[in-house]
Amino acid sequence: MNYHSYADLGGQDVREAVRPEPEGELFHAAWEPRVLALTLAMGATGLWNIDTSRAARETLPRYGELSYYQIWLAGLEKLLVQSGAAQADELAQGRRLHEAVPVAQVLHAGQVAATLARGAPTARAATRAARFTLGQWVRTRDAAPPHHTRLPGYTRGKRGVIERVLGTHVFADTHAQGQGEQPQWLYTVAFDEQELWGTHTPRQQCTVSVDAWEPYLEPA
Amino acid sequence: MHEPEHHDHDHHGHEHESSTLSPLELRVRALETVLTQKGYVDPAALDVLIDTYQTKVGPRNGAQVIARAWCDVEFRRRLLEDATAAINSMGFVGRQGEHMVAVENTPEVHNMVVCTLCSCYPWPVLGLPPTWYKSAPYRARAVKDPRGVLKDFGVQLPESVRIRIWDSTAEVRYLVLPRRPAGTEHLSESQLAELVTRDSMIGTGLPLAPGGAPASRISA
Repeated sequence: MNYHSYADLGGQDVREAVRPEPEGELFHAAWEPRVLALTLAMGATGLWNIDTSRAARETLPRYGELSYYQIWLAGLEKLLVQSGAAQADELAQGRRLHEAVPVAQVLHAGQVAATLARGAPTARAATRAARFTLGQWVRTRDAAPPHHTRLPGYTRGKRGVIERVLGTHVFADTHAQGQGEQPQWLYTVAFDEQELWGTHTPRQQCTVSVDAWEPYLEPA
Repeated sequence: MHEPEHHDHDHHGHEHESSTLSPLELRVRALETVLTQKGYVDPAALDVLIDTYQTKVGPRNGAQVIARAWCDVEFRRRLLEDATAAINSMGFVGRQGEHMVAVENTPEVHNMVVCTLCSCYPWPVLGLPPTWYKSAPYRARAVKDPRGVLKDFGVQLPESVRIRIWDSTAEVRYLVLPRRPAGTEHLSESQLAELVTRDSMIGTGLPLAPGGAPASRISA
């Protein structure tokens, strides 16, 4: 099975400048807040989880051409069709043509504050000891797996040091594939810039870290 | 920026305005209608969600956290030890802030946060991420050319200051604790909060100096 993420941008050759914006500037079209709210409200139905939705977005072939809320819009439409909650003809015609599927919850206005406050913590009780300890050298997995993962390409097959042990967390890789939470130890792994970019890139006096689940790592 | 429109969901006389709506606006309206008709979303909840992130949850929350850490040594210690608990104690909780880590700028180290894989961002303290945070130039360059990115924000740090990049690849969210600007000994906690910019809590900026000017660009 081929799996390609178009969202894994770290270290890619992008020359364009970053364009700062003032603090209050959140949306650039009237439809954008609606997409934000629809995405959050549909997230509450339990038809999919946050990792499934990240997988849906990052595999959009037009990812690179779309604005971020366009990505969310296309991702939401894709999740609806994938889950059977809505079909393409309904989205095209803008009205209900098929029976609704059962959902675990419909988020009502009065529940919004409490639902947002609760969030969705991913920490789980540990069932075994951590394999790695603070200060230990590790090497990240080299191959890209054929499914959603959270180890960025620029850190694949690199040697780094365990800088923080973050506890046991829902494993994004299995969670995204509908294979359950399968919690794994999570670590902050720090890399020297030369390990990531080689010696030919001008030095920035910089250290970069990612948060990596245990299955991404081997002792180095 | 346009004001988000308030939709009247019991009213079907949209024809006269449809001609002026963009294809994206029409597509989002179609989506919202289908999801409402199928009973998955409560339109009133959408309005509450939008209002929450437009008027209630934003970077002024984080600014209060930082100002308190500048004034209260004990709070600062708790923030750096267990940011989730310290931030929760100020009433900022929930979605996309379930697991927080605060990282402190010092004369030697400047921290900067990115999510190269999507748009992970600490919502309860900073609100919704700005467009640039989700853009390809920021996500691609922050990990490889952080000094170039800082330059786009008008920030130049001395070579002696090491840059520490946190790529938030799992469900831990990072908040930068910037350095307290010089000459602010006489200011109250709420006056200090006004000096804390959103970008200074992401690490792409520095707090303002008293009087509102950007703090010295070389003093980190």
